[in-house]
Amino acid sequence: MPTAHDAASRGSARQGVYAPPGVWQMHGAMLTVPMDVQKVARCRELAAAVADDVQRYIDAHTSVGVERTVLRAYGVDGVDDQGAPLVNIAVDRYAKAGLLGRGISFFLGRALLAGAAGLQEASERLAYAPELDRGESGPSADEVLVALAPHTDAAIDRIDNARDERDANKRRAVPGGNPLKYVIVATGNIYDDAVQAKAAAYAGADIVAVIRATAQSLLDYVPHGATTEGYGGTFATQENFKIIRRATDEAAIDYGRYIHQTNYSSGLCMSEIAWMGAVERLDMLLNDAMYGILFRDINPCRNFVDQYVSRRIIARAGIVINTGEDNYLTTADAVEKAHTVLASQFVNEAFAKHAGVKDEQMGLGHAYEIDPGIENSFLLELAQAQLIRQVFPRHPIKWMPPTKFKSGDIFQSHVHDAMFSLVGVATHQSIELLGMFSEAVHNPMLMDRYLSLKATKYVFNTARSLGDELTIKPDGIMAKRAVQVLDEALELLEEVERDTIWTAIERGSFADVKRTRTGGKGYAGVFERSDDYVNPILEALEAS
Amino acid sequence: MHPTAPSKPLRAYGDRQNDGMIQLSFVLELPPSARAKEAAKQFAELHGLREALVTTMEPCAEGYTYFVVYGHSQHSIDPATIDVPELRTEALSRDEIEHRVTTRLTRKIIVVGACTGSDAHTVGIDAILNYKGYAGDKGLESYKAFEAYNLGAQVENEQLAERALALSADAILVSQIITQRNCHKENALALIDLAKKQGWRSKIVMLLGGPRIDHKLALELGYDAGFGPGTKPSDVASFLVEWMCGDREKAGAAMAATTETP
Repeated sequence: MPTAHDAASRGSARQGVYAPPGVWQMHGAMLTVPMDVQKVARCRELAAAVADDVQRYIDAHTSVGVERTVLRAYGVDGVDDQGAPLVNIAVDRYAKAGLLGRGISFFLGRALLAGAAGLQEASERLAYAPELDRGESGPSADEVLVALAPHTDAAIDRIDNARDERDANKRRAVPGGNPLKYVIVATGNIYDDAVQAKAAAYAGADIVAVIRATAQSLLDYVPHGATTEGYGGTFATQENFKIIRRATDEAAIDYGRYIHQTNYSSGLCMSEIAWMGAVERLDMLLNDAMYGILFRDINPCRNFVDQYVSRRIIARAGIVINTGEDNYLTTADAVEKAHTVLASQFVNEAFAKHAGVKDEQMGLGHAYEIDPGIENSFLLELAQAQLIRQVFPRHPIKWMPPTKFKSGDIFQSHVHDAMFSLVGVATHQSIELLGMFSEAVHNPMLMDRYLSLKATKYVFNTARSLGDELTIKPDGIMAKRAVQVLDEALELLEEVERDTIWTAIERGSFADVKRTRTGGKGYAGVFERSDDYVNPILEALEAS
Repeated sequence: MHPTAPSKPLRAYGDRQNDGMIQLSFVLELPPSARAKEAAKQFAELHGLREALVTTMEPCAEGYTYFVVYGHSQHSIDPATIDVPELRTEALSRDEIEHRVTTRLTRKIIVVGACTGSDAHTVGIDAILNYKGYAGDKGLESYKAFEAYNLGAQVENEQLAERALALSADAILVSQIITQRNCHKENALALIDLAKKQGWRSKIVMLLGGPRIDHKLALELGYDAGFGPGTKPSDVASFLVEWMCGDREKAGAAMAATTETP
């Protein structure tokens, strides 16, 4: 049923600059803050050095999560009667035997050469065969590579086909204009989520994220099948991804506008979920190089290894990542620690580059989280948002709403969100996660999302070209703030580069959270790669 | 009824005493139409509104309509008939807190806090415990009177108990943000049960906080006090100081003993 709102949002889609994947463009922005390009270049150089140091570690290690991802990519599926995924049972067995350093692919290929009917059966042998393959005699790594080659090609094709299908769908139903309006659904029941996702699309949303059940990030396996019970959100499972994809595809056809689907590639199953997102045609994934370490106490080594492989898949799949720097400002102060957001964005960018992720796929995150009681806080927000837009001109920057200073006064909260949206449109943010007036009360209800979308459409439309019309006072509050934030970010990056990221994280340089290199969850699942480590899927991704 | 409070039934205040004016907003599962509008009006009337006026009717999803309705509520409430345990709202000053603890207790108050169960939202516990605090009110870490340990999120009850006992904690702060299907209550209750089973419930003062927590609920669940939205670190600090320095009645939780089931 078409409504006035649909007409309005289609109108703005024509005016907005939608860029097909790979061609993000900036408006002819007039609102610019001073930005020393040499300092920006220096920040990038430092962040690259930080990431290089970690990359040496990554290239020498693998993890249970990475190896499970490989099996999934080879099409291995299914769970036992206890709900334990086959990929877990197979990988854990070889991990416990201390053999995972050779890569699960090595053993998979040998099982295939030993007569398994296919890779599913080969995996079942890895999981359940009475004798463990110790890899001592029989086919060599080279023979294994030859045996797996056609399957590796098929695995990569599956990712590419999903990408092509997404591109075709985007040509059929063109996405709305920037900032894309992003809302979350979080009922705990995937079928209710599907209803809410379509309702959000009807009300004008461009992006629907299904919030993940709280604590899934700490599960070292991915639950299986459609789920209808979850606290704080809904489990990320491959079947659940399919259900929301179907709903958002239908909504795209109904409302003539592409609807993006988002989920979470984070936690101990970061890379497995990246693969599921890739083949189920997700458009965006929350994916951050350090978030798990800082906010979920995941072991830094595990996290860095897993994020790399997840991003290799994401790069190939054409998925846009959403990084989590907004979270820094919920634990640390948004005025004092604004530079940590920028510094982390440089670091996230550097890690993503190492994994082949293009600038146009990097939805670096930042947020409107300054204490609203501070005089001229709006100016500080505007300065920071604009600075980040300029520092990362080709990146689909993700702008996150106020949460920390939200109260149960929903009316005041609605105004707070409107000011946030004004910054979003004036500074040409690419993706805007909409604020909800009930933020401090409950997970958003249908009406909450509707009113948020209605208000945001008003602000975006009424101030569409504001940023193109204004210039800021040189040496004014905003200009000084932008200079200060970049200077401080540079200073922090100098420090991080000098001391390495491991030490910086131990010291609490990001988000005021301190983590040690061998502490946190999941360290036992990290293994040094042997000299003859076999991982044809990762090799293919690295070659692309 | 409270013996001293005068009885006076109150109605909602719009712009004149007793006009009962309120607004409602809600969604009904039907498309907008004259019938839908009348349905919304009658729905509001069932809630006790006279002269209900539907001021907004908009489709908010396919087959769903969003309404705003104004009307005169016929209901009234007599506050004198209500029995609510209230926490003392007046916080002690920082100097007073430090002074009392140095002079009366002569040691630091050891506080251990965590978001328990699967809850990953540390905003509340961080605001109360971490140095930075909230809205200019510094957290317990900033006081000399307290030794505060923030265990962070997703801490199991058993783990919290173990740490609290190992640290000889005087107080445990539990934060519960996620409230879906009342998991916050179950979780909070489970900790009390554990404390009783392990025999340390009466040795440690236990506080519960979160957006859906109030003092009454906390007492019902077996805690000594509950802190809802808007609580500042200094509120919690004041409560703990008065409790620890022996003035439990002033701490506003005299009824804790009676609500604790035997």
